[in-house]
Amino acid sequence: MGLRKIVDNLKPTFSKGGKLGFLASTFGAFETFLFVPNTTTSHGAHIRDCNDMKRTMIMVVVALLPAFLFGCYNTGLQVALTGWTAFFYGLVRILPMLATSYIVGLGIEFAFAQVRGHEVNEGFLVTGLLIPMIMPVSTPIWMVAIGTAFSVVFCKEVFGGTGMNVFNPAIVARAFVFFAYTPFMSGESVWFSSWKMMGAADAATGATALEQLASQGAMQWSALDAFLGFIPGSFGETSTLCILVGGAILLLTGIASWKTMISVFVGGYAMALLLGGCGAFDYPAYYHLITGGFAFGAVFMATDPVTSAQTSTGKYIVGFMTGALAIMIRLVNPAYPEGMMLSILFMNALAPLVDYFVVEANIRRRQNRVKTAK
Amino acid sequence: MSSKSLKYLTEPLSNSNPIIVQILGICSALAVTVQLKPAIVMGLSVMVVTAFANLVMSLLRNGVPSRIRIIVQLVVIATLVILVDQILKAYVYDVSKQLSVYVGLIITNCIVMGRVEAFALGNHPWASFLDGIGNGAGYASILIIIAFFRELFGAGSLLGFRVIPESWYIDNGGVYANCGLMLFPPMALILVGCIIWVHRSFNKDLQEK
Repeated sequence: MGLRKIVDNLKPTFSKGGKLGFLASTFGAFETFLFVPNTTTSHGAHIRDCNDMKRTMIMVVVALLPAFLFGCYNTGLQVALTGWTAFFYGLVRILPMLATSYIVGLGIEFAFAQVRGHEVNEGFLVTGLLIPMIMPVSTPIWMVAIGTAFSVVFCKEVFGGTGMNVFNPAIVARAFVFFAYTPFMSGESVWFSSWKMMGAADAATGATALEQLASQGAMQWSALDAFLGFIPGSFGETSTLCILVGGAILLLTGIASWKTMISVFVGGYAMALLLGGCGAFDYPAYYHLITGGFAFGAVFMATDPVTSAQTSTGKYIVGFMTGALAIMIRLVNPAYPEGMMLSILFMNALAPLVDYFVVEANIRRRQNRVKTAK
Repeated sequence: MSSKSLKYLTEPLSNSNPIIVQILGICSALAVTVQLKPAIVMGLSVMVVTAFANLVMSLLRNGVPSRIRIIVQLVVIATLVILVDQILKAYVYDVSKQLSVYVGLIITNCIVMGRVEAFALGNHPWASFLDGIGNGAGYASILIIIAFFRELFGAGSLLGFRVIPESWYIDNGGVYANCGLMLFPPMALILVGCIIWVHRSFNKDLQEK
């Protein structure tokens, strides 16, 4: 165990009072990254569980991998490449964005942890991967950097760091870039990579499936293509199949709540049926579940354990409202062909209120039970 | 000028700044700060109104029965605001159009009423006048800081002059783009938050426990 020895030798330098004591939390982050911590908590009641935050976050990253790998392939496919060339094209295309989001986000997190004397948390592992996956592939790198910085500072650190945020940081990063640099986040040309390498075709232009549904009432792809993900869109959101595989991993490992996930889909489908019944569109209602960011938001964003509702009943309510609102924004507001981002942000803000009323109702119910028993 | 009078002027610039410490007049700070020029004009107008409202009310303070003082204050402030509005319309018509209703709304600006109530009714005219100028300047300084960042990053210009060269923009082959969010009021609120953050980290005694 040579590495263990090196770490142990370095420890006094980085501990309190040591020469580099001000870097204690950075050192702690790397130490726990390399080794399982050998300290135990001495007091307080604890639930013993194999899932610590590190394992939880790694499982989410694993769940995101199918959608990420498919995103690589689809990026190449959209510029007329096939097979492994398409995959490697997409991988090379997304790497700068991925690196930017991790470097900027982790840099700010480490700086804040250092100043405040906190430990560095693993929360950004997932956020850093989510951010490039929900942006169009041709978003300029510095916009990704600014969006990430904004969301880490104003959505996370201002509220107290990992686990204290009101809004999902990845969505806030996207919302910031969306509202600050609208022309680079919507329209016809942003969904296609313009890098000419590995024999890629000239940058194509074209609307996404959702934009076509909104403007023409039909899309040029079959429902199966949309489900499998061979359509233009943000990097990781196109393949509903891969997202569902990731969702299955999250549910099997017990990390995401099936209550939220199912009720988002139910809410979205119910609202699509309702508005379709009123004549808002005349394609099948399930098109809305397989196009745009609906599935991605439902599986990876709405289920965020920090910003979603905490109570069981609250999860059903918040999930249902998230799905229903997303479809409502898509169909009723002509300015936004996609409503998933806004509806998740909105329900993040409302989740504590829903929880409050669920808890209050529970207290009232039990008080009534006591009264009748007397 | 004695050091005590000087304090009336300088205190509201930082330690008791109307926007970032007393949290008054936020609404107009969000509304008129898209560009630097209207922000400067608005800051000056509020400074004039606060100063003279304080002066007039301080002169009247012993003659006005306290039961009707609010209505007297309103008459004085409204008169001053109408004067300012007419002067702006006469000399800087385009800025006056950009400011639209917000000049008229100085009447309801909490800073003006607040200073008259809290200071002018209990102090000498000269001190009240200085306090009005100080608070107006404190308000104007924050407006100018916010407008500086909003115009620079939202439109790439300052006072209407282009600062960020055209050739930097993506449309012209560069890499830069204006931040559209800077043109919306929410970003102004976030900027106010940032200013408060920076200000309190330098003035530790202002930090809430």
